[in-house]
Amino acid sequence: MKLLEGILVIDFSQFLSGPSASLRLADLGARVIKIEKPETGDICRHLYVSDVKIDDDSTIFHAINRNKESYAADLKNPEDFEKVKKLLAKADVVMHNFRPGVMERLGLDYKAVKRINPSAVYAEISGYGQEGPWKDLPGQDLLLQALTGIIHLSNDAHQPPTPMGVAVIDILAGTHLAQGILAALFQRIGSNEGAFVQVSMLESAMDFQFEVFTCFLNDGYLLPKRSQSNHAHSYVGAPYGVYKTYDGYLALAMGAIPFLGELLRCEPVKKYTDPSEWFIKRDEIKTAFAKHLATDTTAHWLSLLEPADIWCSEVLNYEQLLDQEGYKALDMELMVTTTSGTEVKTTRCPIRVDGELLKSSLGAPELGYHTQGIDHEFEINNTPK
Amino acid sequence: MTKLPLAGVTVLEFCQYLSGPSAGLRLADLGARVIKIESPKGDACRKLAIEDLWVDNEDSLLFHTINRNKESYAADLKDPLAMVKIKALISQSDVMIHNFRPGVMSKLGLDYDQAKSINKRIIYTEITGFGALGPWSKKPGQDLLIQAKSGLMYTSGNSDNPPVPFGLAIADIICGAHSVQGILAALIRMKKTGIGAKLELSLMESLLDFQFELLTTYYRSDNLPLRSETNNGHTLLGAPYGLHKTRDGFIAIAMVPLNSLAQALNCESLRLYTQQDAFKKRDEIKKIIAAHLINEDNAFWMDKLQSADLWAMEVKNWKALVGEEGFQRMGLVQEIGVEVNTTRCPIRLNNARLYSNKAAPKLGANNDHIEKEFGLI
Repeated sequence: MKLLEGILVIDFSQFLSGPSASLRLADLGARVIKIEKPETGDICRHLYVSDVKIDDDSTIFHAINRNKESYAADLKNPEDFEKVKKLLAKADVVMHNFRPGVMERLGLDYKAVKRINPSAVYAEISGYGQEGPWKDLPGQDLLLQALTGIIHLSNDAHQPPTPMGVAVIDILAGTHLAQGILAALFQRIGSNEGAFVQVSMLESAMDFQFEVFTCFLNDGYLLPKRSQSNHAHSYVGAPYGVYKTYDGYLALAMGAIPFLGELLRCEPVKKYTDPSEWFIKRDEIKTAFAKHLATDTTAHWLSLLEPADIWCSEVLNYEQLLDQEGYKALDMELMVTTTSGTEVKTTRCPIRVDGELLKSSLGAPELGYHTQGIDHEFEINNTPK
Repeated sequence: MTKLPLAGVTVLEFCQYLSGPSAGLRLADLGARVIKIESPKGDACRKLAIEDLWVDNEDSLLFHTINRNKESYAADLKDPLAMVKIKALISQSDVMIHNFRPGVMSKLGLDYDQAKSINKRIIYTEITGFGALGPWSKKPGQDLLIQAKSGLMYTSGNSDNPPVPFGLAIADIICGAHSVQGILAALIRMKKTGIGAKLELSLMESLLDFQFELLTTYYRSDNLPLRSETNNGHTLLGAPYGLHKTRDGFIAIAMVPLNSLAQALNCESLRLYTQQDAFKKRDEIKKIIAAHLINEDNAFWMDKLQSADLWAMEVKNWKALVGEEGFQRMGLVQEIGVEVNTTRCPIRLNNARLYSNKAAPKLGANNDHIEKEFGLI
């Protein structure tokens, strides 16, 4: 039996944060029905990235919305609204990521849904919470990175503030929402009492930084300082970083500095025998390593470091990664077929359950593809006029 | 506040550092009782300090941040007598999490089959660097190395930068978060059917999942993600997406149609581009925006952008952030028992924020109590 077998999720969310949460629920065995606006649908369908499309929809829409069904309904149309209410009456989970106030205006906020279905778990993601001076600001990943200090953690000190190049806050907020939903579903078993789960991107962004932000809170508000060169983490000493070699890049994560000096025959670092210097003098130590490591190949350095069990790795791009036996052994790729019959290669759920990979072959749905079937199945035909 | 959702669930955390312990922390905040099973030396994170910050001159602030709201049971897993007690503890628990390298738990006699023979309802969770099989399985599962292998380092920074790591332990954090998802889903099945589960996660698989949009696009196009020459924000998104320097700081501008942007910023040269150019000509467009924005202050531009309802934000640091009313109203900072300020759980349940002021345990602090309560003596 799948972990979430029998769970019905009605998902009003768009873009990445909410839909990434419902994707995980789907992979764990839930049935996810996306409620989409007729004609346009989830705006993510048309968020074409790097100009790559599959059928008429963006590649990222396909990645985020596989293994789901699509039900087209105009929530401002009373007929459609009644149909959606009937669907909500059967739902175990109802989720959305609209800006604060939108679901209230539609008559689909927590209180309203609770009246329709008291045992539903109602879950929402906002940008900045439901109250306070920021509540109406757009909850968008880059903007949240800019606001919450994340942009001051990556890249060398002389570089401008640098965003993390993946929508990390969307993804974490979605991850946290799925956690809250699952905890509430667990609690509901036996009691059949619904729950209200809320996550905001602002809170998720700070939770992501909890280790380093806690440091700031307890150290007289000292701001993080990036290394001058080979930066990887503001709070970790040398050699932690990425180094250019003669033919590529090497990530070096630890090692006593004099021992590394010996092993790599890097004379200038041997004098740093006191471990407290490895943080305070990390810039000069890293500069010395950088100069030395540029003189030979990545393979050469790995051949010295790996046998000594030093934490290190070559740096790969996607092309190089996909060629690795180690990557192939993970069997991470997943082929799905969309409702229109197009094959799409994407990645699978990262969790293995009872020794099995979770590999659903269902691709993303065309807009409204499942509307009729769902109407029939749940006996929610048009209300007579 | 009403009962927390995981009240009554007991979790044994055989973990060190961040991935497993961050999962344990989330489960604890959601109401589970989390017992760290530590060797007589303790979780190595106790001695791993950042900024040389310690609590009571004993354990690092870092350890306290990750391990608040838990108990500690110290046991030498190589001692047969201690192992008898651990097995008795497993027989009365719901969840086990470990993040040892592959093979270690089998040698100790605590792999899934062995745990299942003690408790068939157990949810057994294994976190590794690269999974149990394949040529990478023996490699150290450390965050920076996983980032290096996964392709992630080519997503941040500008095209003339070397590979740029994320400045946080993203692989550990995301894998810990996925572990919580798996554990909670398995608890749901367990409560309904009495069947336990084996969950396997790895930092590498979690970090590949994290890049699912980029990988799916790469599989389709065969074009490597290319960072923009300047102001990179996301390799898949066109201009103006990124951070832009102004006369006195930086502002972030997200997905904004070029004509709306040209209008709001009153930027003539930007009017020459259509939306079709946003990705193909993103480097030259970003340079035009950069040359324009440098002439005025953050406040000037933010006023223009926000009054046009365009997606923009001033870049702040933590000092500026914590002074903002919008931040303070979130009530995100809590004080824990050892006079340490830290963040709370980011999930709100039934309108309640989840606070817990219980500090991290000293090594073995709960041994006596646990032995009595679980009848291990």
